[in-house]
Amino acid sequence: MADVSNLDAFVEFERVQKSYDGENLVVKDLNLSMPKGEFLTMLGPSGSGKTTCLMMLAGFETATHGDIRLGGTSINNIPPHKRGIGMVFQNYALFPHMTIAENLSFPLEVRKMGKTDREVKVMRALDMVEMGAFGGRRPSQLSGGQQQRIALARALVFEPELVLMDEPLGALDKQLREKMQFEITHLAHRLGITVVYVTHDQTEALTMSDRVAVFEDGRIQQLDPPDKLYEEPQNSFVAQFIGENNTLEGVVKEIKGGTALVQLDNGDLIDAKPVNVSKAGERTRVSIRPERVEFNKDRMPEGAHTLKAEVMEFIYMGDIFRTRLRVAGKDDFFVKTRNAPDQERLVPGQEIEIGWLADDCRALDA
Amino acid sequence: MSDTTQSGPVLAADGTPLKRSLSRALRRQKIRALMLIAPLLLFVLVTFILPIGDMLFRSVENQIVSETLPRTVVALKSWDATSGETPDEAVYAALAIDLKMAAEAKLHTRVGSRLNYEKPGISSLFRKAGRQVKKWDVENDGPYKARFLDLHKGWGDPDVWSTIQTYSPKFTNGYFLNSADMKKGADGPEWRPEDEQIYWLLLKRTMFMSMAITLSCIALAYPVAWILANLPARTSNMLMILVLLPFWTSLLVRTSAWKVMLQQQGVINDTLVWLGLVGDDARLAMINNQFGTIVTMTHILLPFMILPMYSVMKTIQPTYLRAAKSLGATNWTAFWRVYFPQSVPGIGAGSILVFILSIGYYITPELVGGTKGVFISNRIAYHISTSLNWGLAAALGAILLALVLILYWAYDKIVGIDNVKLG
Amino acid sequence: MKLTKLSALVASTALCAPMAMAQDMADELTIVSWGGSYSASQKNAYHDPYTAMTGVKIINDESSAEAVAKLRAMNEAGNVTWDVVDVVASDAMRLCDEGLAEEIDHDADLAPAPDGTPASEDFGDLLVSECFVPQIVYSTTFGYRTDLVGDTPPTSVCAIFDLDAYPGKRSLQKRPIDNMEWALYCDGVAKDEIYDVLSTPEGVKRGLDKLGTIKDNVVWWSAGAETPQLLADGEVVMGSTYNGRLFSAIAEQNQPIAMLWDMQSFDLDGWIIPTGLSPERKARAMDYLRFATDTQRLADQAKYISYGPARASSAPLVGKHAELGIDMAPHMPTDPANATNVHIYDYEWWADNRDDLNAKFQAWLAK
Repeated sequence: MADVSNLDAFVEFERVQKSYDGENLVVKDLNLSMPKGEFLTMLGPSGSGKTTCLMMLAGFETATHGDIRLGGTSINNIPPHKRGIGMVFQNYALFPHMTIAENLSFPLEVRKMGKTDREVKVMRALDMVEMGAFGGRRPSQLSGGQQQRIALARALVFEPELVLMDEPLGALDKQLREKMQFEITHLAHRLGITVVYVTHDQTEALTMSDRVAVFEDGRIQQLDPPDKLYEEPQNSFVAQFIGENNTLEGVVKEIKGGTALVQLDNGDLIDAKPVNVSKAGERTRVSIRPERVEFNKDRMPEGAHTLKAEVMEFIYMGDIFRTRLRVAGKDDFFVKTRNAPDQERLVPGQEIEIGWLADDCRALDA
Repeated sequence: MSDTTQSGPVLAADGTPLKRSLSRALRRQKIRALMLIAPLLLFVLVTFILPIGDMLFRSVENQIVSETLPRTVVALKSWDATSGETPDEAVYAALAIDLKMAAEAKLHTRVGSRLNYEKPGISSLFRKAGRQVKKWDVENDGPYKARFLDLHKGWGDPDVWSTIQTYSPKFTNGYFLNSADMKKGADGPEWRPEDEQIYWLLLKRTMFMSMAITLSCIALAYPVAWILANLPARTSNMLMILVLLPFWTSLLVRTSAWKVMLQQQGVINDTLVWLGLVGDDARLAMINNQFGTIVTMTHILLPFMILPMYSVMKTIQPTYLRAAKSLGATNWTAFWRVYFPQSVPGIGAGSILVFILSIGYYITPELVGGTKGVFISNRIAYHISTSLNWGLAAALGAILLALVLILYWAYDKIVGIDNVKLG
Repeated sequence: MKLTKLSALVASTALCAPMAMAQDMADELTIVSWGGSYSASQKNAYHDPYTAMTGVKIINDESSAEAVAKLRAMNEAGNVTWDVVDVVASDAMRLCDEGLAEEIDHDADLAPAPDGTPASEDFGDLLVSECFVPQIVYSTTFGYRTDLVGDTPPTSVCAIFDLDAYPGKRSLQKRPIDNMEWALYCDGVAKDEIYDVLSTPEGVKRGLDKLGTIKDNVVWWSAGAETPQLLADGEVVMGSTYNGRLFSAIAEQNQPIAMLWDMQSFDLDGWIIPTGLSPERKARAMDYLRFATDTQRLADQAKYISYGPARASSAPLVGKHAELGIDMAPHMPTDPANATNVHIYDYEWWADNRDDLNAKFQAWLAK
């Protein structure tokens, strides 16, 4: 609808930089391009620049350098109220002096929509979030989850093509949060809107998004779909930040046939998949997911290098077992196993051998 | 759960009805709570409620006449004030006894002062008569009418007697009538002569001026409070000290400073003349009039407007404005539809404070108000400290109190009193 | 009679009497006055010598401006904390009428003049109330800017009504007292008929009409310091205030201001003793009063402030200003050269008519 020339790039950041004090860059050389209808999450620790990016897109912050485009047009000089972007705020920002219906009617009023049209749209939006009966109440009379729905409805009621959400579920309890994650994703896909979603909760990012942009230090470290992000982290920050991870440090001995031989600092040798190491002699940090570690000799991949490990602690977690091991002189190496009838339960003090597929063990930057 | 099937009252564990058991437990709690706040309650009672009660009582109380002149009051009952004749001998005889007793107790001048508020001249009539009557033998020295008329011809003035008669009841609405520029006439209340009417005018003027002061305080305080609420804490704290600074300066100093600024040979006029904007012979009159009063009072009361506004604005999160803009509102619409309504409680609280304070101010209007900038509180101060006519002062105060309560009520109806936040 | 009193006085001040009397007199005094240079002059002339003589501690309270209301409130509360109070004569009369001030037997309670003249004769007509002991005679009179009146400085009080000869603003006190008398006087009423005229509604209207001719050119003051400041700033050409204030502006601050003594309005300021004191405190207050109003003490006060002593016998003893060294007599309102044409203020008349006329005056002012 909006852009015939380049359907693939509905929202674009090109070489965007942002500095508040003229000395430090909060956002460094950001490039991002997202197609229409995508649900993209900006994930990162606080201070990583993700919220600043969102605010620049919304128009509340100006980019110090670079270009932000929406539907092919640069919006750097367009004031926020003319961008037509819906936004859901962390604290919902429902206007406390207006009723729910008035809150929803507000964006329609400022667009000079007639009264009957407004009422129809408001009602439809309320029904959409299953809050049809609450139009006459004040925001303070609603629970957190209900306010969240209203905030969502208000951001959608004027039918924007792009909706920004700034940690919208941060204030909800766990159960409600999971329910809302589900609802928001469904709604977004059903309406076909483009969503940029900011969160610091990786589970949220993984469960909701089409793609996740991991932010750190003002840069996007990796921009990929959730499965790829989890299974193929491009650097050790992403590996650490997304999910649980075991890391071991060492030096690359040789790279041969798509596999790197890494000598750990205690002298042991292991196989790993070279991701951002290119030649022998480089220091590296290898990363392996706890659930990909094998200690059952029968199931050990063929020809794999193995490491000696001592069981330090066995933690029963219901659906899974977590076992803490001492490996290569470090005692924070975890193994996750499924709670199955034939699953062996390790005993503290037990000496075992562990190994893995070389593809699961990624040699990343040191 | 099983209670639902039970008939009759629900019982506590020991068999007493649950309701009684609960109310007993709550009563103990209530008594304890009451004991805790008792000192405060007592303090409020003694320092607020009692004085206000006393003031309301004084505005109608008039026991002095019947207590000091009991026989005269009784004897006067049958006298017809409209006859134009002086009362008969019996009244004068009663007065002689009353006055002699009063003079011995040194009370005759008090009743004289009281009646002098209603008719000038009675004060000295009583003062002089008391001095003489003390020496009389009130049993045998008659006839008294002639003797009193001998003392002063004022005793033969029917107006004097009708004043005593009018003000002999223990309670009077005279003070309130006086407050409304009226007086007790022969046939009920009547207007005072035009050259004595002042309170109605002053009341209107006080209301008008207080409104003007409140409005100019709102206009000036709003941007200041907004800046304070939106600056980083460090800067706003510093600026807040500037806002509070006037509180540490004497009221008289601030008032005098405005005189220096605004008078005809003052700083502003000198500057305007120097710039050639006004001629030396056409200097602006900016003080000793309503303008000067409004300027000075606005300056003095401004902090009372800024502080509640600031504390309310501080709680309005900037995301509301962002939200409004993201929903398509222009800067102005976002402010007017979203920010402003949320700041109304601060405006309300500040306005109530400033308005009530300004109708009670009298020092500043006295010093800079000239003839047109005088408030009704100046007259209250006069009656409290100079004329000692506390009854009239109390009546004026009661009217002012009633007026404030009415405005408060109106505010509650229009804006809603829960829409007031002092911090 | 006279002799025994005199010997008693000598005995009480010179011999062992203070020791004996200390037992039935309080050893602390709270004295209320106006503050500023006026209180300072009282401290120098009365308080310090009295403390030196008796060891009594004197606490100064500067509440005279609200004395009448406060005394009444204290009296109603049954807790009078003041021992001696300095008030103007009209306030003393009101306090006396309200039973808030003790009646004083002037001859018995006050010291006679050095030549033996009883106090009542020495004070003469100034004893305007049974409760009042006069201390000073001050006057409300006019000062004018010497540089703004041209070659013809005003010599008559009626200059204030002469806008042609003396254009510009004038300052007058925001009350009817004095202003009404001056207005009628300048409207042609003979001095001794002023109060008769003022007793009629037509007279009041006549006075207000006369004031109305200059109403737009008047700055109304309510604090004594205002006129000297207005004169110093050049805001007004001439203005009324207390003569002592003008003395300070002229002699101490060297402002281009001169006095216009014509029709100056004499007024009195003095002491009252509140009713409701305990016998010990009353005895001490009376003892102080006797000391502070004797001939020498009243003359001493004039060294510090330009107000005339209320006793006839004090006048010859008035000396030089304690700091400036100026001869004070010519600056006294009572000096014959200044008192050629004075206005005698009728206390009794104003006590009766003050509130009524004040209401009319304020109503006129407000319109």
